[in-house]
Amino acid sequence: MSTNSSTVAGGTEFSLQRSSPRYGERAIKVLLVACAALSVATTIGIIWALFVPAFQFFQTVPITDFLFGTQWSPLFADPEFGVLPLVSGTLVITGIACLVALPVGLLTAMYLSEYAADKTRRVLKPILEILAGIPTVIFGFFALEFVTQVLLQNIWPNTEVFNALSAGLVMGVMIIPTIASLSEDAMSAVPRGLREGAYALGSSKRQVTLKVVVPAALSGIVAAFVLGVSRAIGETMIVAVAAGLQPNLSLNVFEGMQTMTSFIAAAGSGDQPTGSIGYQTIFAVGALLFVMTLLMNLFSIRMVRKYREVYE
Amino acid sequence: MTTNEDATVGAQFGRAAASEKVDEAVMELRNVHVFYGDYEAVREVNMPIASREITAFIGPSGCGKTTLLRSFNRMNDLIPGARVAGEVLYHGVDIYSSDVDPIEVRRRIGMVFQKPNPFPKSIYDNIAYGPRVLGEKKANLDEIVERSLVRAALWEEVKDKLDTSGMALSGGQQQRLCIARCIAVNPDVILMDEPCASLDPIATAKIEDLMHELAAEYTIVIVTHNMQQAARVSDRTAFFTADVDAKGVRHGRLVEFGPTQDIFMSPKDSRTEGYISGRFG
Repeated sequence: MSTNSSTVAGGTEFSLQRSSPRYGERAIKVLLVACAALSVATTIGIIWALFVPAFQFFQTVPITDFLFGTQWSPLFADPEFGVLPLVSGTLVITGIACLVALPVGLLTAMYLSEYAADKTRRVLKPILEILAGIPTVIFGFFALEFVTQVLLQNIWPNTEVFNALSAGLVMGVMIIPTIASLSEDAMSAVPRGLREGAYALGSSKRQVTLKVVVPAALSGIVAAFVLGVSRAIGETMIVAVAAGLQPNLSLNVFEGMQTMTSFIAAAGSGDQPTGSIGYQTIFAVGALLFVMTLLMNLFSIRMVRKYREVYE
Repeated sequence: MTTNEDATVGAQFGRAAASEKVDEAVMELRNVHVFYGDYEAVREVNMPIASREITAFIGPSGCGKTTLLRSFNRMNDLIPGARVAGEVLYHGVDIYSSDVDPIEVRRRIGMVFQKPNPFPKSIYDNIAYGPRVLGEKKANLDEIVERSLVRAALWEEVKDKLDTSGMALSGGQQQRLCIARCIAVNPDVILMDEPCASLDPIATAKIEDLMHELAAEYTIVIVTHNMQQAARVSDRTAFFTADVDAKGVRHGRLVEFGPTQDIFMSPKDSRTEGYISGRFG
């Protein structure tokens, strides 16, 4: 009798050892780990590819000149490397987009989740999500051809052909579906019992929505906002087409502005020799953009944790 | 064993025997039917709800007790397709007539639910929610919060942590918080839909004691699956059951309504007697 088998009182022999090696079980686990590791590895690769040229850039250009300089002409014969005009262009256009998208997106979500009949919601939500699937270059030409030339230039005749306002407005429209759809998900996930509790105390629909549902869904709504704003900051085609390529440290939204993303797209599609300062500039701006969105995501994770409510 | 076969629950009654007839009715149901779309969930109910008494609804699952209770303060309005026929009179006014605002109805007829549903806000804000919605002055809120929590027998347990989340309390405390939240708007009638269904026996006993105290000032209607609870807390009991029609569809129906002692000790209907003595349900 082997040491690994035993006999019960009745006389039947049994073993508690694994009867087959179960290779499939191990193979599945390896496959799953590999898939999970792929995105992590890609992220590390991107960071590496981004920060090495950026680091070389900062050996030529002092980081303070880069961050606080107000002149941006890196590809000229007499280059200036102050990134502020690009940062301000990015923030101005993203700010306009937020002014459009945050209220409209949230109000849309409130309508869909609390006010719309089931039937209406089932029709409207997919239509809204289609808007999120339109290629951004289409939005860019819509901003340039329609919003600027048909709307803005007729209302304010001195609007430039390339301007921050039309790019920001259209970018706002672009991220409305993201914000509305994710906020609606968060609000729909609020248990019905909470709404009933509020109604039973004599609340109106508006009070239930604003005082109970929105606060209870706040962490999801904040997450939706941050995702929308991240998309706006990283958005390239709309600004490249509609806001122009002129670095411009200004708050005048009727003027053209260049953003960090549109600079990267424009410089990247030009012919900058690998290893040149112009080439490294692209990565320096990319690294800054990366750090900005990273900080925003960290902030949002904090907010989400702070306001998270766990429902059974 | 006792020789008295129909008093098989060995019921312990918690209330003095109620009069045979209801003297003062807060609410009155007249030929009430409740529908979900085409489905008739509750059929032809006629009964009064006596003022400052506790009325219990008992009966097997799926007999429409909760559905009927939710028609008392128009909570069924929130369910698409739900509809009430007949009259639900509150001090003589049909709450389903076209000029009645359901919000005004719910301010007077409050509700406590089966599952405790505190808002994800602080204990203080949970209680203050209703008064704030009613436009109560900020200066009065502290007093209302304290008074409501005292009446709900929760004050001693939470007075030092009013700013912690209501959801951090135990199940029984959460349910008393919901009762405090309900009485903070000073309703006339309190509807309780199986308020102890998710609570342990100790928490249940606390809620039952509380109900006895509240009955001095409020009219309470409670749905319960627990017959002993109905015997312990109620003045009057309504027994419901489900009729199965020719198509096999179940319709809730009121079988018998009367003083709790009578329903438990000498039911007139054989179905009530069968349910009370545990022969079906």
